[in-house]
Amino acid sequence: MALYSEKVMDHFRNPRNVGTIENADGVGEVGNAKCGDIMKIYLKIRDGVIEDVKFETFGCGSAIASSSMATELIKGKPVSEAIALTNKAVAEALDGLPAHKLHCSVLAEEAIKAALKDYYDRQGVAYDPAQFPDCAHCEGCGR
Amino acid sequence: MMIYADNAATTKMSRTAVDAMLPYMDELYGNPSSLYAFGQEAKEALEDARGRIAACLVCEPRELTFTSGGSEADNQAIRSAAVLGARKGKRHIVSTAFEHHAVLHTLKKLEKEGFAVTLLDVHENGLVTPEQVREAIRPDTCLVTVMYANNEIGTVQPISEIGAACREAGVLFHTDAVQAAGHLPIDIRAQNIDLLSLSAHKFHGPKGAGALYARRGAALTNLIEGGAQERGRRAGTENVPAIAGMAAALEEACAHLTENAVRVSALRDRLMAGLSEIPHSVLNGDPAKRLPGNVNFCFEGIEGESLLLLLDDKGVCASSGSACTSGSLDPSHVLLAIGRPHEIAHGSLRLTISEETTEEEIEYLIEAVRDAVSYLRSMSPVWRDLESGKAPHII
Repeated sequence: MALYSEKVMDHFRNPRNVGTIENADGVGEVGNAKCGDIMKIYLKIRDGVIEDVKFETFGCGSAIASSSMATELIKGKPVSEAIALTNKAVAEALDGLPAHKLHCSVLAEEAIKAALKDYYDRQGVAYDPAQFPDCAHCEGCGR
Repeated sequence: MMIYADNAATTKMSRTAVDAMLPYMDELYGNPSSLYAFGQEAKEALEDARGRIAACLVCEPRELTFTSGGSEADNQAIRSAAVLGARKGKRHIVSTAFEHHAVLHTLKKLEKEGFAVTLLDVHENGLVTPEQVREAIRPDTCLVTVMYANNEIGTVQPISEIGAACREAGVLFHTDAVQAAGHLPIDIRAQNIDLLSLSAHKFHGPKGAGALYARRGAALTNLIEGGAQERGRRAGTENVPAIAGMAAALEEACAHLTENAVRVSALRDRLMAGLSEIPHSVLNGDPAKRLPGNVNFCFEGIEGESLLLLLDDKGVCASSGSACTSGSLDPSHVLLAIGRPHEIAHGSLRLTISEETTEEEIEYLIEAVRDAVSYLRSMSPVWRDLESGKAPHII
């Protein structure tokens, strides 16, 4: 049995939305090189809709696939919908991840949220900080 | 097309080894412990294998115990030395920080049982010195265990000198020779080795067979209780086909050892030269004192598992010391032991070639790795920060 689903391998081999956005409206970076995963998300937002999204990822196959899938799931969606993205949705859209790789989907959710938080901060939009958990729950980084 | 560059993980069985095994899986299926002639035929095969392996290693046949592989041999060697030491009130063991887990985890258990363990620094070049061993030996040291060659970075330790230092101090010396047997010359007598582990599938023999050499007088403690096989040192019906295959494979490897080493090291050197042209890469382990087939690099700004997946797509079988491939949160303890920071250790690649590797394959490997590394860097935020000067390059 292969380590990853066909869907994961497809998004790893042909990642969607790789790159950066000049003058992005929101940028989020999560993870830590020490842990072996860093995800960076760039958002272009117009009229409350995610017009464009790009990612850069340093990490394993499932980290790259999770970033790719997460960008697909929020592209063209209103901010209010994007902020509700869960790691579970990312993992399910990838037809599942091995148990020890689920943290990659968590990282993808957090990267999207970090970019949206950055967008809110720049726009001066008030929000409930509880919507944006930091990654302290992951024992990986030890920080 | 497939290029197998993971010979430190396992090797393809040689035709000679397969042919040596077949009769014992087919018509000669007797149990070597049986009294009748049919069983005794299997017994003869077993003793013939023992004699041939002993000749390759320069020891007596009776000093060899067949095991299920390298891990069992390491476990039994260390456990046995600990039992002998404890009888004399000696509960200190010297080893190195980058041993195989079969050794390190056994030592961890012994620590819980009251033993003290000193792990020697292996330096950036992946080598320990005999002086370090001499200095670490205490009056209560019962064992020194230092691997012959490292499984990840391939560095070859000064085994003869360490053996001499241990003999001088009257301390038992064990070496995990799993990566060395069949690839590097071994002379147990001349090198003053008291205990040595080897595994058949690392030199083109079958999986599931190994051997433990224990110098006469170094009594072994059983890990497996039961019948009186292996002179009472390892219970369980012997794996006759695998043992016959192991002897044939080792004999063949030793017969061609020098010519293979010369040919394979030349290919290795070409591979190392090609990969070192990749910017911000670093070779792990001493460039010269390493196994003929071992190449291990770190590439900055990328992660090893994704590199392996891309190489797999290009038909290349390789391995990495990244945390993602180890199933743990930390990257390889070997790379950390030679001082590589976590973020660099995550970007490691081990290519281990064999006698069957061709020059064309080496060129293909260089190109495949170069392409994969540059592709992954193109989507890496870490690499972007390094290239833009936002973060300093470490290598």
